[in-house]
Amino acid sequence: MSYEALSVTWFLLLGVLLAGYAVLDGFDLGVGILHPFVPKTDHERRLSMNSIGPLWDGNEVWLVTFGGALFAAFPHAYATVFSGFYTAFMLLLLALISRAVSLEFRSKVQSPGWRRFWDWAFFAGSALATLLFGVATGNAMLGIPLDAEGNFHGTVLDQLTPYPILVGLLTLTLFAMHGGLFLYLKTEGEFQKRLRDWMWRSWGLFLVLFMFTTVATILWIPRATANFEQHPWAAGFALVAMLAVANIPRSLYNGGTGQAFASSCVLILSLVGLFGAALFPNLVTASNEVAHSVTIWNGASSQKTLWIMLIIAMIGMPFVLTYSAVIYWAFRGKTKIGEHSY
Amino acid sequence: MDAVFLSRLQFALTIAFHYIFPPLTIGMGVVLVWLEGSHLRTGKAIYDTAARFWTKIFALNFAIGVATGIVMEFQFGTNWATYSRFVGDVFGSALAAEGIFAFFLESGFLAVLVFGWDRVGPRMHFFSTLMVALGSIFSSVWIVVANSWQQTPAGHHIVPVIRDGVEVMKDGAPLMRAEIVDFWAMVFNPSTVHRLVHVWIGAFIMGAFFVMSISAWYLLKRRHEEFARRSFDGALVLATVASLAALVSGHFQADSVYEHQPAKMAAFEGHFETGPADMSLFGIPDAESETVRMNIAVPGGLSMLLFQDPNATVVGLDRFREEDRPPLGPSFASYHVMISLGMLFIGLTLLSSFLRWRGKLYEQRWLLWVFVFAVILPVVSNELGWVAAEVGRQPWIVHPPVEWTANGDVVVGPSGVVEYDETLGLRTLDAVSPTVRASQVLGSIIGFGLIYLGLAAVWVFVLDRKIKHGPTPHEDSGSGGPKGLLGAVKERASESGRMTGNPQSAES
Repeated sequence: MSYEALSVTWFLLLGVLLAGYAVLDGFDLGVGILHPFVPKTDHERRLSMNSIGPLWDGNEVWLVTFGGALFAAFPHAYATVFSGFYTAFMLLLLALISRAVSLEFRSKVQSPGWRRFWDWAFFAGSALATLLFGVATGNAMLGIPLDAEGNFHGTVLDQLTPYPILVGLLTLTLFAMHGGLFLYLKTEGEFQKRLRDWMWRSWGLFLVLFMFTTVATILWIPRATANFEQHPWAAGFALVAMLAVANIPRSLYNGGTGQAFASSCVLILSLVGLFGAALFPNLVTASNEVAHSVTIWNGASSQKTLWIMLIIAMIGMPFVLTYSAVIYWAFRGKTKIGEHSY
Repeated sequence: MDAVFLSRLQFALTIAFHYIFPPLTIGMGVVLVWLEGSHLRTGKAIYDTAARFWTKIFALNFAIGVATGIVMEFQFGTNWATYSRFVGDVFGSALAAEGIFAFFLESGFLAVLVFGWDRVGPRMHFFSTLMVALGSIFSSVWIVVANSWQQTPAGHHIVPVIRDGVEVMKDGAPLMRAEIVDFWAMVFNPSTVHRLVHVWIGAFIMGAFFVMSISAWYLLKRRHEEFARRSFDGALVLATVASLAALVSGHFQADSVYEHQPAKMAAFEGHFETGPADMSLFGIPDAESETVRMNIAVPGGLSMLLFQDPNATVVGLDRFREEDRPPLGPSFASYHVMISLGMLFIGLTLLSSFLRWRGKLYEQRWLLWVFVFAVILPVVSNELGWVAAEVGRQPWIVHPPVEWTANGDVVVGPSGVVEYDETLGLRTLDAVSPTVRASQVLGSIIGFGLIYLGLAAVWVFVLDRKIKHGPTPHEDSGSGGPKGLLGAVKERASESGRMTGNPQSAES
């Protein structure tokens, strides 16, 4: 394969890893975001946490592998993004740690104070991580000022402008909805009934923010739509996203929550697709000087490494997909609290 | 305090805390496979009980290992951006392979291991346990490959960075990076195998001592004795074999270190003047006067170890510029304490194995008490092994090669010291992120410090509760189901008093 084809392939594979992460960890982050609001009793809180109990850790590996693949395929971009967004990444790490350990620790001790503490840590970690992912996506869309060596010299405050915050809130509502739909599939009875309201609410909020974001993107980020003029097929992502958004209330109304959740998965996939299409071929867009952008052409590893990694991915991914599917299958059905639950 | 120092401090703190858990996971993984395999083979309930108990402890350790592990992957980019750009082509591949081959495997099957007891059959469960154990071992493979490449780079070449068809310049010189030429030569670089074997052995020792510590406590308290004896027996075999193997593996590693990083070996032993070298058993090295104070040494010991000849010449620190020498105190101390602990493990496990063979081990209460607390020691020795490896590599983050003359001396420049080819390595000082400020790193260190202190406290607290609660024989069928969960809980609580979710004793 040519160097160009390999670079594009790795851009696509990173997109696949990111999309996989967003769809999978999206619902368990969403369960965390809804945690203080929907479950009312201790038993319901345990159901909420155990619905994602066997799954969240594997889901998070998609992020870890995305990070590793970015490091390997585009080290220049990895270095720019991770050092440029230093404070944001540190906050993300603290959020992910508190989420992980609150799941593990919460139900180990009976004391209500202990459990309340970890309930809040679970919520705060989930919400903060989601918000940060959204803000990061917003900044990636907007671009950041880079020097000639591809370094960002600003602070975290420079990254908290209206557009990234808007995308951050959008992501919060998206994952809350996604998590609500997932939780609906895993629960029953009174708890499940209460979720219905939250699914509608988060869908409504998402719709409003989605429209705002679309308008803001078209108005503020002309570059984002430029790719669509050259490659009109990429607009297909937008079409699919809109159909998916519309199909969620339709399915909910008809009682097809499974279909609504599937639509929400498709929605997230197409949003990641839109994000990738808007970005291509940039990995980090320089807002000050186009030539300073880190692209898949100037930020890639050597042709040999991209090829080796592709072989590794082609050997590894079928296994990953197979046993992930088997494990999801093993944990299908409604969540029950048993001897081995959190 | 500058950003470099603080970034090093942060990396050291976060990796040291993280590294308590992976060896425990690897070591206990082996124990779990053995227990479940024994249950499948013999059908004895005691193995099942033991496997279920240790799985809970395993899951707790694993969770903290995962939570603190992501930090490591992110820090290469956040704090060491220049390093990431230099090594990404090589190091990144190993890291990505770790994600695809190891992390997915262990985290996926961990779900079945921890939550799947009632969802899959015993064979599938055993298979999952095997996959988790394999996954944790795979993950150690790739991370040790990456780290070994930093110690003894191979399979790559250093080339100028070309962006958009133009050579990138930095401070008037072309910016360079390492690129893979031969993948397998990179994977099997000269130190990979020795170091990997040593890391595994260290992990087995830690896992075994962890199991022995908890089992010894039960034996002392006369609780779950049958369970504790079986766990202790299995772990003792593992610990004895692994402790002896560590000595052999350590010897091969010392040879390899001397060949590729002679300055590191000289710092380990406080060997200043090139010539026959002693092996110091105890001492306080003094970099200024270039002596080891209060030295108790085996004359010619190091020469003997490396060349089987007490008079053989060993390259000393005098062959290196002062700025090219590793920090003496930490290198010397970490190396010596690690080895002393290794010797202690050999003595302790051999003595215990002998007593066990004579059937007297479980009467030696003092020895059981020693084992209760001895778990700290493998944690310390595993950590110190890494301190020795990483501090001894300084001032390099990627160590440049050393050349040898035909008569066993290093090739030196006109001034009589080794002149490293700076372009073939990378100094730690030059590797840090150019945009990250000291205040930011200080902030994140404080953040990690507080969170990790809290985590450590909660870990010990929860672990202590689990241990006090102890193993419980497995009863069939989970709770819940159509008859309603609360009812089931009440029913079972009254008969066993240990059901999860039960207000009286809610441990899981």
